[in-house]
Amino acid sequence: MQGTARPNTWGSLIIGAILISVPMFAQGPGGYNPPGQGLDLSGNWGPIFHEDSHERGPGPELVNYLGLPITDGARAYALAWDASRFTVPEHQCEAHGVAYIYRGPLNLRIWEDREPVSQKLVAIKNYIDNYEQTRTIWMDDRPHPPEAAPHTWMGFSTGKWEGDILTVTTTHVKQNWIRRNGLRHSDHATVVEHFIRHSDHMMHVMILTDPFTLTEPLIKSQDFNLRVQNGQTWLYPCEPVVEIERPRGAVPNYPPGANPFLHEFADQYKIPVEAALGGAETAYPEYQSKLKNASPAKTTRSGQ
Amino acid sequence: MSAKASGAIRHLAAFAILACSAVIASAQQSAEIQALKVQGNVYLLTGAGGNVIVQVGDQGVLVVDTGLAQTADKLLAAIRKISDKPIQYILNTHLHPDHTGGNDVIRKAGATFTGANVTGNITDAALGAQVFAQDNVLKRMSAPTGKQAAMPFGDWPTETYLSQRKQMFFNGEPVEMIHQPAAHTDGDSLVWFRRSDVIVAGDIVVTTTYPFIDVDRGGSIQGEVDALNNILDMAVAGHQDEGGTYIIPGHGRVYDKPDLLEFRDMMTIIRDRVQASIKKGMTLEQVKAAGPTKDYDAQYSAKSGFGTKDMFVEAVYKSLTQKK
Repeated sequence: MQGTARPNTWGSLIIGAILISVPMFAQGPGGYNPPGQGLDLSGNWGPIFHEDSHERGPGPELVNYLGLPITDGARAYALAWDASRFTVPEHQCEAHGVAYIYRGPLNLRIWEDREPVSQKLVAIKNYIDNYEQTRTIWMDDRPHPPEAAPHTWMGFSTGKWEGDILTVTTTHVKQNWIRRNGLRHSDHATVVEHFIRHSDHMMHVMILTDPFTLTEPLIKSQDFNLRVQNGQTWLYPCEPVVEIERPRGAVPNYPPGANPFLHEFADQYKIPVEAALGGAETAYPEYQSKLKNASPAKTTRSGQ
Repeated sequence: MSAKASGAIRHLAAFAILACSAVIASAQQSAEIQALKVQGNVYLLTGAGGNVIVQVGDQGVLVVDTGLAQTADKLLAAIRKISDKPIQYILNTHLHPDHTGGNDVIRKAGATFTGANVTGNITDAALGAQVFAQDNVLKRMSAPTGKQAAMPFGDWPTETYLSQRKQMFFNGEPVEMIHQPAAHTDGDSLVWFRRSDVIVAGDIVVTTTYPFIDVDRGGSIQGEVDALNNILDMAVAGHQDEGGTYIIPGHGRVYDKPDLLEFRDMMTIIRDRVQASIKKGMTLEQVKAAGPTKDYDAQYSAKSGFGTKDMFVEAVYKSLTQKK
């Protein structure tokens, strides 16, 4: 059996080697085309709104800071914020910042920018139709700008591949939304993102850190589907106009203790105002047991 | 001692504190001067105390503010890395020594070119560059003959303007100094590079701490807010409300219009709160205890020295209650 087995074993090995080599040689001209680093994220991506759709579409309730690890200062800022500030002409065309814009309704186009001679990856570009933001994620190991450099809505981003995950670090962002009801992060915030592609599905994870408005990092995720059909709208023209006549330089705001919407969200969901005012504690499951033992919010505003 | 003499001594003492604090604050920054091209012909130099701005071109070099005396040589070397053309003009946004302390060194390294019956380079006459500022700057830096001046003679402006603005055309663009009365001090000038589309705000805008309102030298919260609204009127934001006109503060990073808007909002809101408290008859200590700045303290309140929340609230309160 041994004598007859030898020629069969060699034959199997040779046939096996040929079969294995066929797809390898078939990968490209020259017979060898090894995969590069990371994945290709290029394409036209549409958002999926199964997470936080209420907040991401119509917008959050006023004085709903539940589950957000905000500082006392950030809360005080939000309570003083009057939504009528949107009507001030200079505020009307403000874009959503990089730590918020991927949550909104948007078409997202991603493409690569490669050095034409070497084909080395220089940058991964994003175009977000909401507010017409073109974003560059530098992949060439360049340093971030000096501290004094201007800040932008999208900030300054550098990326690297961690396996098949694109990890992006962004600095030099402008002050912008944590939540679109007056909660703002400062211009000292940094954002770390992970773009994770599984075939035609992409998860985008954002980790926002800010020494002035957050007591711990705020992590949010959102998902996208690759679309063959193009998005319908790619432009976002904005022209500020005077909506309400005001004295020059007037800034709509609530004086301390005078926010008329303090109880609205808490009353609607029958939770204590303290919970609606957020803080790191309210982000964790253990807080639910505390809520069960708490009294619902009072509907009077005198408690301010 | 007369009340007048006592007031003068307090005045000088306050200024000495200001100068010393500025030196201490800048000690950490003075190790290295960094240059950043802002846009057009305009560069920002940081690390010399207050921000220094340099405009360069075929005609020469124009410098806005000169930082501390202690960093003047390093500043001059940094300017020379950007351009070796003659330094013809120094413009001072206000009088404080972290913005005028290098005047003497930078002025002497410069040159004044004249026409008419004096032509050519008259550097040999030791005039150096011309130093422009609003007239109140000279009044507060100098003193009548026989009196002790607040600042060294070599740092004084060589030219002042009394009207609302001073205009010149240099390196292919209009450059304007625009007086902002009673803002950070009573001698503040914005410097507007109209082709480069850059406005230098001096210490009317500070991005690192609360701004220091020098009430003893004519500053006021209302003047600050007015000046910020003036800058907003001058500035035009770029596409999708970003970039466009850049605004360079006295300390800190480059702003654009939306950045300045948030700063203006903060100053306006705090003014409104303190004003409302004064109307209720609250004392300064009661106003401080109420925390009218608590939304902003984490980012803007300095740990010590200038720009603390207490010092800021006190200046706002004083300027809203002092007799006009």
